[in-house]
Amino acid sequence: MIRVQTEDFDVGAELKALTAGNTAIGGVALFVGLVRDMAGGQAVGAMTLEHYPGMTERQLEKIEAEARARWPLDATLIVHRHGRLEPGDQIVLVICASAHREAALEACAFLIDWLKTKAPFWKSEATPEGPRWVEARAEDDHAAARWQR
Amino acid sequence: MKLLYFAWLRERIGRAEEDLAPPAEVADVARLIDWLKARGPGYAAAFADLRVVRVAVNQDYVPVDHPVRAGDEVAFFPPVTGGSA
Repeated sequence: MIRVQTEDFDVGAELKALTAGNTAIGGVALFVGLVRDMAGGQAVGAMTLEHYPGMTERQLEKIEAEARARWPLDATLIVHRHGRLEPGDQIVLVICASAHREAALEACAFLIDWLKTKAPFWKSEATPEGPRWVEARAEDDHAAARWQR
Repeated sequence: MKLLYFAWLRERIGRAEEDLAPPAEVADVARLIDWLKARGPGYAAAFADLRVVRVAVNQDYVPVDHPVRAGDEVAFFPPVTGGSA
């Protein structure tokens, strides 16, 4: 399941809802991304996340389907926020549940690496010099590339 | 053809979307970019460095030799920066 929203999410509630009633699940891996207050050695205030409605959902669904084809997963959830966010705010949630830990952990890492390079979101950070578009990092491409086969 | 611009491409071009009807010889993304660049300085600035421009046709990533036709939704945007650290 994927969701794109401005509202915050409750990690505990999402975890409980995703695994409820499925006792085949033996392990759950989850990743929560937070807004940092420093970027490139510079203090950052609020940020605004722009996205491409329609394509965002389509790409997240494709990435999720790819993970489910590669690992034996019982349940998956991707929640990505957009709009205005403050340092410390939750920005993204990925949950993967499987019978065994290895599939859950690997699929979770795969999803977070891939959505960073494929999901059409753009961050604009408020800095003391005014708003600044965050540039993509080559390391993110490398992190995603390790899953290519 | 529906054109969409995001992040700093939107700011340089000065609009988020527009409906345009390029001539028939504008048959792929590369020729569409050349045609757009001739429309004004904002477009020229947005497409000055194509290494930092990504393209989607009908909401899927495509290379610049991908065909475009009437009725397509074509989006231009910088490399994506979602997720978190």
